[in-house]
Amino acid sequence: MALPPPDPQFVLRGTGAAVHALHFSCGDQEPDVPVLFSGSENGLIHVWNLKTHRVDTALDGHGRKSVYCVETIGGRNRLLSQGRDQRICLWDLAEGRTSVTDSVFTENVGFCRCSLLKVAEGRWLMAMAAKALEEVQVLELPSKTSVCTLKPEVGAKLGMPMCLKLWQLGCGSQPLLLAGYEDGSVVLWNLSTGKALSKLVCHQEPVMSLDFDSEKAKGISGSSEKVLSIWSLNEQQNLQVYKTHKLVNAGISDITIRPDKKILATAGWDHRIRIFGWKKLKPLAVLDYHTATVHSVSFSDHKNPSERLLAAGSKDHRISIWSIYTQT
Amino acid sequence: LQADLDCHHTSSAHLLSLPVFSSTAEEILSVLVPRLTDLTKSDCIWQRICWRLVECVPDRWMEAVVLGFVQRTPGADVLSRLLGNLVVKNKKAQFVVTQKLLLLQYCHTTAVLQNLLGYLSLDSLRRALLVKVLQELLETWGSSSAVKHSPLEQQQYISKAILICLSLLKEPEIQSCRQELLTSMMEGVKCHLDSSLPQIRRLGMIVAESISSKINTDGPVLKFQYEEDDEARELKSLLVQTPLLSVVPSRPDDGRNEKTDAALPLVLESNKKSHTAAPVMPEEESDAELDSDDDLIPYDMSEDKELKPKAPVYIRDCIEVLTGSEDVDKWEATVKALESLVRKNPAATREVSVELAKILLHLEEKTCIEGFVQLRQRAQVAVLTTDPIPVAKYLTSQFYSLNYSLCQRMDILDVLVLAAQELSCPKSHGKTKHTVAQKPCIQLLPGNDSSKDWRRIVDERIKSKTRRFATGQSRVELASGPNEFNSVAGHFFFPLIQHFDRPLTTFDLLGEDHFVLGRLVHTLAVLMYLAVNTVSWLSNRYVRQGLLSCVSSTLLSVPAERLLEDMTEELLETQSWLGDVVEKDPDGECRRLALQNLLLMENLKQKLKTIPS
Repeated sequence: MALPPPDPQFVLRGTGAAVHALHFSCGDQEPDVPVLFSGSENGLIHVWNLKTHRVDTALDGHGRKSVYCVETIGGRNRLLSQGRDQRICLWDLAEGRTSVTDSVFTENVGFCRCSLLKVAEGRWLMAMAAKALEEVQVLELPSKTSVCTLKPEVGAKLGMPMCLKLWQLGCGSQPLLLAGYEDGSVVLWNLSTGKALSKLVCHQEPVMSLDFDSEKAKGISGSSEKVLSIWSLNEQQNLQVYKTHKLVNAGISDITIRPDKKILATAGWDHRIRIFGWKKLKPLAVLDYHTATVHSVSFSDHKNPSERLLAAGSKDHRISIWSIYTQT
Repeated sequence: LQADLDCHHTSSAHLLSLPVFSSTAEEILSVLVPRLTDLTKSDCIWQRICWRLVECVPDRWMEAVVLGFVQRTPGADVLSRLLGNLVVKNKKAQFVVTQKLLLLQYCHTTAVLQNLLGYLSLDSLRRALLVKVLQELLETWGSSSAVKHSPLEQQQYISKAILICLSLLKEPEIQSCRQELLTSMMEGVKCHLDSSLPQIRRLGMIVAESISSKINTDGPVLKFQYEEDDEARELKSLLVQTPLLSVVPSRPDDGRNEKTDAALPLVLESNKKSHTAAPVMPEEESDAELDSDDDLIPYDMSEDKELKPKAPVYIRDCIEVLTGSEDVDKWEATVKALESLVRKNPAATREVSVELAKILLHLEEKTCIEGFVQLRQRAQVAVLTTDPIPVAKYLTSQFYSLNYSLCQRMDILDVLVLAAQELSCPKSHGKTKHTVAQKPCIQLLPGNDSSKDWRRIVDERIKSKTRRFATGQSRVELASGPNEFNSVAGHFFFPLIQHFDRPLTTFDLLGEDHFVLGRLVHTLAVLMYLAVNTVSWLSNRYVRQGLLSCVSSTLLSVPAERLLEDMTEELLETQSWLGDVVEKDPDGECRRLALQNLLLMENLKQKLKTIPS
């Protein structure tokens, strides 16, 4: 007899708008409180105190335009946010400050979340959808110099890039980019040469989100259709379909694999969060709490495994926090 | 005997088609087809009857009839007996058989495919179609975009169809189009081998091998290496010509439709591949690693069901669902939500108002919804009140058009009246409740010069009458807004009185469809009344004369008994109105016409009194 699915551990209310982006920062020692950053459709970024379950600070830097990506860049005091005002902002939050120290004008009006990768101490790469329709630009931060621009070949008809993931096999190895496009394909790019290494048509509809496990060289992508596609990368750096999983309802907004690579979570248009085992994509749980599309899911980076949390942000303005499969 | 039978066919065909199109098709066809099978077994005359019957089926029901027959006949020879050369004689049937069932749909079973293609092969006249079908199937099979984007099930369906065609064609026929077959095969096999899905690759290989074996009857043939599982064997068995006699196919229904989960076979395939075209996949089965997934115990997921389809949120999506969607749940949700959507989105509705009105006028009940007629009518009224002029123009023009049923014409009249009422009392938007409330109505009428007594009586009666064909009665809410109907009243009224005396082939107001005439007159009276403040055209004597002429025509042409039985109250209203006109109307002609009508009414009453009951 299977247990009924758990309820959220707690729910964060008060954003006042649909929640599009989430990012935890819980790895620091006392007295730093574990926090969750959330980006909302009203342009505000809220910093949630996970002990009091209240907003500590609200950051207003995108001119009331929806914030659809938040990431920390070198610790909880440096935040990166991306909004529909075509800007990526870098914030300094140390010692109670709330200022934008730098920004990048992307000239892109899409919804593609940027991807960050630390390549050296104090140096990051950031991949983002560029001004031209099918292109992805990679910048080095904090210098904001352009590393490369990834242009699909003429006639490829990939459409807009929808989701990005920068990764590297180990420190010092060459960084690669996985990009999911509007035409349903996932492309692996080599940043040094600026060429595509492999392309795989995973879906019939746009790829809404993807995540990649570099250790197992296996990734997963979700789309607006009913299928999750799991693909792998072989030694020749070719992408191949590994398996597909059919969902009950169509539409996935976000997918994220937990840092320990044991489970993954998907955010569904059917208001549900689904948990799967990453090894075999065994369905583990369906968390049915929200009353509107779930836009974003994120796992916390707690050092203590039993404290680990999963957060889900939805169009219904709420963020649900779950404690699930924390014993493994 | 032949002549006798011929003259009954058209009507029988109509009779046959009507139930086929409705939901009782199953029962009718399950009885009809076996019966016809028996009758036509040895009796040529019955065969001819059957052929004539299907040939007379109207085009719009041809598809349903043909599909029903194809699915229910036990074998291609029976189908041949029943349909004869229908597919050669009738363009629609040809389209259904050679295009729709093969290229546009893919949900049918292998048995259906064998029936269909076998039927084409059984007569020399039809064999030409078989060759054409094969060429078209190969074109689709070989198209790289189809291979990349069509669902796996559709590609399997087409491959099966190709294999069956190959089994049915004779050697000379194949040799005659050998070059084309070779070209298609070469192009097609390349697209298939390029695919990342192993099943597609295998389909390509099997079909290519089969074509090669047929065109190179001596000499080397193409041979691939692939997994020989049940599916492959099943496909290859189709290449062997099965006898086209009516043996119930022993193969169970393996028709794959969209609901089949393609994930499972994909996983199996990836683990056991051995052919040359694809790179080697990692072997999961022999993983020595401890499977840590087993530590994770799943929760109960029995509540995880498909979401109930919601109605579309945009008007244009509603149009799409109502005109094309196969999804009956969505269709139902749309019909239920349409009225409120239209009212909430007036701007969006105005963009597509005429189209929407057209769709609603022709909308037929797809599933059994409670109150379908109401829902449809309310949606129509909503559309009409949102964009009165173009929609009224459309509806009134359709009123006199060909090929509408009486029901639809009455529908138009009802909708016009209801919308007119709503427009003249704006606060009643969507709130017309089905309760009786006559007294308050009189006091809260729009306009302020309803000084004539007859108007009040008429109004009372009209308000209680306009819902005559629906349940309950409507009540006009408190109104204190401007009468919006005035500005558009002309568009409602004048087109309706234009053609009433001109019979059409399917609609004769003054002839047998006089019932509608009565309703029309009534409708006109209501419209006139509701535009009470439009002083300018009320005083237009031509309008009043027109109306009076309508009344005369009704009185003259409708049999007296009918009038007095069905329309007693309307007659009484009209009588008191006529009395008023005779006394007070400024126009001489109107007074004369009114008097004439009164006399006609008297005559009718006298006539009936004298007839012994």
